[in-house]
Amino acid sequence: MKAEERFEEKNPMEGFLRMDRIPHIWCPGCGIGVVVSSFAEALRKSKIDLDKVCIVSGIGCTGRVAGYVKLDSFHSTHGRAIPFATGLKLGNPELKLVVFSGDGDIFGIGGNHFIHAARRNMDILVICVNNFNYAMTGGQVAATTPLTANASTAPYGNFEYPFSLPYLAEASGATYVARWTALHLRRVTMSIQEALVKRGFSFIEVITPCVTLYARRNRLGDGLNLMKYYYEKSEIQHGADTRTLDISYQGKLIVGKFVDIQKPTFLDCMNEHLAKALGEKYKPYGVKP
Amino acid sequence: MKKVKADPKGVLTGAHYLDGDFAIAEGALAAGCRFFAGYPITPSTETAERFAERIPHVGGVFIQMEDEIASVAALIGASWAGKKAMTVTSGPGFSLMMENIGLACMMEAPLVIANVQRGGPSTGLPTLTGQQDMMQVRWGSHGDYEIIALCPDSPQECFNLVIDAFNLSEIYRVPTFIMTDECVGHMNEKVVIPPAEEIELVERKWYEGPKDKYLPYKPDKDMIPFMIKAGDGYRFHTTGLTHDERGYPVINAECQNVCVRHLVDKIKKNADKIIRYEEDATDDAEIVVVSYGITSRVTTRAVMQARKAGIKVGTLRLITVWPFPEKKIKELAKKIKAFVVPEINYGQMVIEVERCAFGQAPAIHVPHCGGWVHNPNDIFKAIKEAAR
Amino acid sequence: MIYFGDLKAKKGKIHINKDRCKGCGFCVEYCPKDVLELSEEFNIKGYHPPLVRNEDACCYCQLCETICPEFALFVILKKEEEEGEKGESRP
Repeated sequence: MKAEERFEEKNPMEGFLRMDRIPHIWCPGCGIGVVVSSFAEALRKSKIDLDKVCIVSGIGCTGRVAGYVKLDSFHSTHGRAIPFATGLKLGNPELKLVVFSGDGDIFGIGGNHFIHAARRNMDILVICVNNFNYAMTGGQVAATTPLTANASTAPYGNFEYPFSLPYLAEASGATYVARWTALHLRRVTMSIQEALVKRGFSFIEVITPCVTLYARRNRLGDGLNLMKYYYEKSEIQHGADTRTLDISYQGKLIVGKFVDIQKPTFLDCMNEHLAKALGEKYKPYGVKP
Repeated sequence: MKKVKADPKGVLTGAHYLDGDFAIAEGALAAGCRFFAGYPITPSTETAERFAERIPHVGGVFIQMEDEIASVAALIGASWAGKKAMTVTSGPGFSLMMENIGLACMMEAPLVIANVQRGGPSTGLPTLTGQQDMMQVRWGSHGDYEIIALCPDSPQECFNLVIDAFNLSEIYRVPTFIMTDECVGHMNEKVVIPPAEEIELVERKWYEGPKDKYLPYKPDKDMIPFMIKAGDGYRFHTTGLTHDERGYPVINAECQNVCVRHLVDKIKKNADKIIRYEEDATDDAEIVVVSYGITSRVTTRAVMQARKAGIKVGTLRLITVWPFPEKKIKELAKKIKAFVVPEINYGQMVIEVERCAFGQAPAIHVPHCGGWVHNPNDIFKAIKEAAR
Repeated sequence: MIYFGDLKAKKGKIHINKDRCKGCGFCVEYCPKDVLELSEEFNIKGYHPPLVRNEDACCYCQLCETICPEFALFVILKKEEEEGEKGESRP
């Protein structure tokens, strides 16, 4: 349709999205598209060299982001986006790595990889879209599902304690930890901008609506209802103690930037240490002469 | 593809006394491998240790990942960043790697994995030898795909075959495996490393055309697509989902048909160029002993005894175990009485030998469940039985 | 409206890809100037796409553009005829 073509050509997102693959597969009211828009806006505003930005996703609804973004993008196996990004970063330290994946992917199957990458202070940015369940496969309970929420594998309500993602990130050694909801568009953009130029392991959690599964199973309404919940219950507390950030079912959402510190990255540590140990013989890796 | 010279910094020219594990590390460095992501597991740990020690002098990265799953994921990432990447493991780690090996096959990412086999299954015999992953290397991951697996029988061959493995993986854009075992891995022998000029290396087919015309998975005339690396502005996409030439996922039967056939055919149709073996006295042999790895050395003695006893025995030592030398076995089966297949497992490659013999000659298995090498007398007895 | 001499409020023109809309209602709900409303018509998917109810009120905040999960909406800065304005559509 000619009207379609003109829209795609003029749409400012055209430079950031693979417009030949839009419309995407996400549900009506799903927040992932909102986070992708915020991300694209952050890329534009930061004026970063897009040729050097790589995006790696895992499996799941959020995992599909890699397929829609016009960067060097990799859609890897379930939970293994972070080590994949590690390999890319260490293979070519000039790249800026963004891991864009969901809560089930990063903190369920991928939990081990998350904590080790944070521990090592790998220079990657992890954007975790948290919709409180495993959406792609039908709404199963995840490590982030709040207590008493309904999920397809917890049909009588979830009785397991969920993770507090910023707490876990900080405890593992992340140097930048922030949490926002999809409604906090501009703040998500700002956080991503800050994290893109920051060296070290950055983690941004974005709580987003999952209409077809989480909201439907818990009779929470549609995307608008969830956004209204974010509006009413979220409270910005920059620098809050990450130990106090638990989310109860439909409870208070404390958002903000919690951690922003400087720490040498894995490659910095490697180069510094080996230079000390081996002296002149050692040529630092990944450092332009 | 490009033929390149080995970087002299990575080539430890000279005659050394090394064990198989160390020889693998030296082979990798000589082949230009500058990224190693691994996890310690007996009996392969020495390779990782050697690499960790040597890589700061050569220039590259060694990282010990949190598990084998992460190791292969990191290798695929490094491969897409343009590096030659490898890891080593043994049985239990090999099982963990399987999902991501499938991803590497699907993404057509060149990488090398060495499996220093030990007794299995499960934790098995961590410190003792076995050859029990031979079928797993071919069929371990889910779905239809093909890989290349090489089997060295000595530390010298470990060095040589690792270089060949890197070349093959770069040419065919497929994970290539070195299937040694604890015996070869821990055996110290003379390893002669030639000067860098004499080492022939191959690099993957780099794409050099216009950026907007690049199709990541469009096969070239030789069935292998051109490759690029991340960060060069191609804005490509690659996925583990069934994909079309653009790398975009297409979920239907037609795309699956094209995709799967491509992954398998690119190895199958080039099998003649890949397969290597060593044969001895097979022209007039009545019995042919088919062996690989450390077992082929034990076979030498058994064959000596058999020939002294007047039996016309030939040997076929498999260097490439996968793709399997089907044509050679078929050809031999027509003229010989029987195959004798000793292996340190309870029946793996013998199944392939039997299949390829098409009933023309029986394949007599000489099993050994692991933990030690065969007693040559057992192989000799089997040859005698076969000759009757 | 004109403030402080040359400063003028920005005005935007909203372009909507009606067939891409999935009727989530975010743009309508969160527009600070109530520029959009859900139309009565159905698009090809069966949803009610938004329509621009009050174009003059649009102040080019671009919130609808960023909040739309379908990338179905974008806003172009309206070019000013008077001098002193760059007239560039993307600042």
